[in-house]
Amino acid sequence: MRLKLLLTFFVPLLGFCVLTACNQQKSSEQSHAATPSGPPPVPIDPATVASVSGTVHFDGTAPEMVPIDMSNDPACKGDNKAETVVVNSGKLANVFVYVKDGLGNRTFPAPANTVVIDQTGCRYRPHVAGVMAGQKLDIRNDDPTEHNVHAIGMQNAQWNESQMPKATPIEKSFDRPEIMLPIKCNQHPWMKMYVNVVASPFYAVTDADGKFEIAGLPPGTYTVAFVQEKLGEQDQQITLGAKDKKTLDISYKAQ
Amino acid sequence: MAARGRKPSFEELALKSLSTPYNAAHHRFAVLIACITFCLLVAGALVTSNDAGLSVPDWPTSFGSLYKIPRWVGGVRYEHSHRMVAEFVGLLTIILAVWTWRADKRRWMKWLGVAALGTVIAQGVLGGLTVLFYLPPAISTSHAAVGQTFFCIACAIALFTGRGWVEDAPQTAMDTQRPTLITLTLLSIFVLYVQLVLGAMFRHHGMSWWPHVLNAPIVAIVLTWTAIRAMTQYSKIEAVQRPAILMLGLLITQLCLGFLAFTTRVAWGKDAVQPETAMIASTVAHVAVGALLLAATVILAIQVWRHVPVAHEEKVPGAEPKAVAA
Ligand code: HEM
Repeated sequence: MRLKLLLTFFVPLLGFCVLTACNQQKSSEQSHAATPSGPPPVPIDPATVASVSGTVHFDGTAPEMVPIDMSNDPACKGDNKAETVVVNSGKLANVFVYVKDGLGNRTFPAPANTVVIDQTGCRYRPHVAGVMAGQKLDIRNDDPTEHNVHAIGMQNAQWNESQMPKATPIEKSFDRPEIMLPIKCNQHPWMKMYVNVVASPFYAVTDADGKFEIAGLPPGTYTVAFVQEKLGEQDQQITLGAKDKKTLDISYKAQ
Repeated sequence: MAARGRKPSFEELALKSLSTPYNAAHHRFAVLIACITFCLLVAGALVTSNDAGLSVPDWPTSFGSLYKIPRWVGGVRYEHSHRMVAEFVGLLTIILAVWTWRADKRRWMKWLGVAALGTVIAQGVLGGLTVLFYLPPAISTSHAAVGQTFFCIACAIALFTGRGWVEDAPQTAMDTQRPTLITLTLLSIFVLYVQLVLGAMFRHHGMSWWPHVLNAPIVAIVLTWTAIRAMTQYSKIEAVQRPAILMLGLLITQLCLGFLAFTTRVAWGKDAVQPETAMIASTVAHVAVGALLLAATVILAIQVWRHVPVAHEEKVPGAEPKAVAA
């Protein structure tokens, strides 16, 4: 009788736990990049390439950049402010801009140069980075304290490594395109940055004045995506003729 | 009407076991483990609230070493102190299991010591797995639930080794009401576990907050019903009264802390760039009181089992129904 009571209560609970565990498993298994198909791609003619540049504006009152309390580690020195939304005179920095669509089945080899992310003053520099799939990424620690570097990929494998002061850089690459892949430090929980992994070299990150430029594009019609970590994504269509130099300005509204 | 002062049945005697002498040192040791385990739960809650779970990336080593103490800064302070207290509790549990096996005459107590050891080992492995797999919600939630289960086992061992349990003949009263009080206490434990799993799933980013908040009134109703029944019907049995009052007090505290945790984590903390003191304090207190509430409910269930046997109606054709002990 008592055993029956116990079973009635605890077996469903156990079942619930097992089910949740299974669901987790499933969701981590589904992630495969599509492979291009169709006729062979037309090679890019350097004589006809075009470019698109512009400014990302911010309409409304810019949110205050919250000062960060770094007292939990005396080795973290200097001023640090949250970089969630960085606005300078109405221009929005750290927006990732990339050609989302329109390149057809062209494929691009990963460039030989290495993208560098530096940890200094217990913050990441840059705060938003772009890298091509397969391109090398060096993560350096120029702080007099240790960090852990945790890449929270959804399409790419997660990893988490500790890095002592002035240790050799952590060398990594991401195999699959993934936008706004967070990198975090759990030693210093305010430290967070985003890496954007793309399949083509046509991307940029807006600078302190909200400006960007993407050059070397073959003539065509493209979807250009603007992605901001908090304010989200905006897509724009643009048609570029041979040697065009077009401007594409957009604005985000204050939330 | 509850019948009072009858002789305990053989089955009850087996659980209550008058056959082991009171061992003060053994009992104090069990109480110590329960207290340190509570500190361990607080240390674990601090790890999650400070987002420090992955600050030490490796396991079972810490930064490649099994014994070196790392620099005591940032998230490592929380993660590593949690690991150290956990190892200490593990060691104490091994001693407790061996001690119980040798010193306690009750067979079920010997096995309860072994079960405690098994639970603490499982808990350690879950803690390690959650670090190695980057805190998947299902594993982190299991770690939260098994941790509180171990705390309940430690409290139960402290109760079973106490002088009151070992030496006093229990004062009993028959339960003639339906649902029985033991059913209500088991139902309370069940809804608390559901609440714990839902809270942990939210805390570990596996689920939204609303299932946990929606289940809270159910928990409140079931626990209040149980506490009021225990307090009004068995007011003379102190062993039942005390945990019932404690459970009700903790429930009210927990509901208040739940609202605080919600305000600081969900309403204010949505866009927080780092863990803030108010959020850390309220969420850690909510986890800690949640653990105390579960343990108080488990103790209540055990005391109800001991002191309030269920009366069954004996149906003899043509005869008046009469109550007999289960
Ligand atoms: C009825 C009694 C309640 C119990 C027994 C309870 C229990 C718990 C437990 C055990 C956890 C943490 C799980 C873990 O270890 O990770 C938790 C988390 C939480 N609970 Fe409750 N809870 C109750 C009521 C409430 C209520 C009424 C609210 C809000 C209105 C609430 C809001 C929360 C929140 C926001 C968290 C997550 C805290 C965080 O993010 O750190 N709880 N609860």
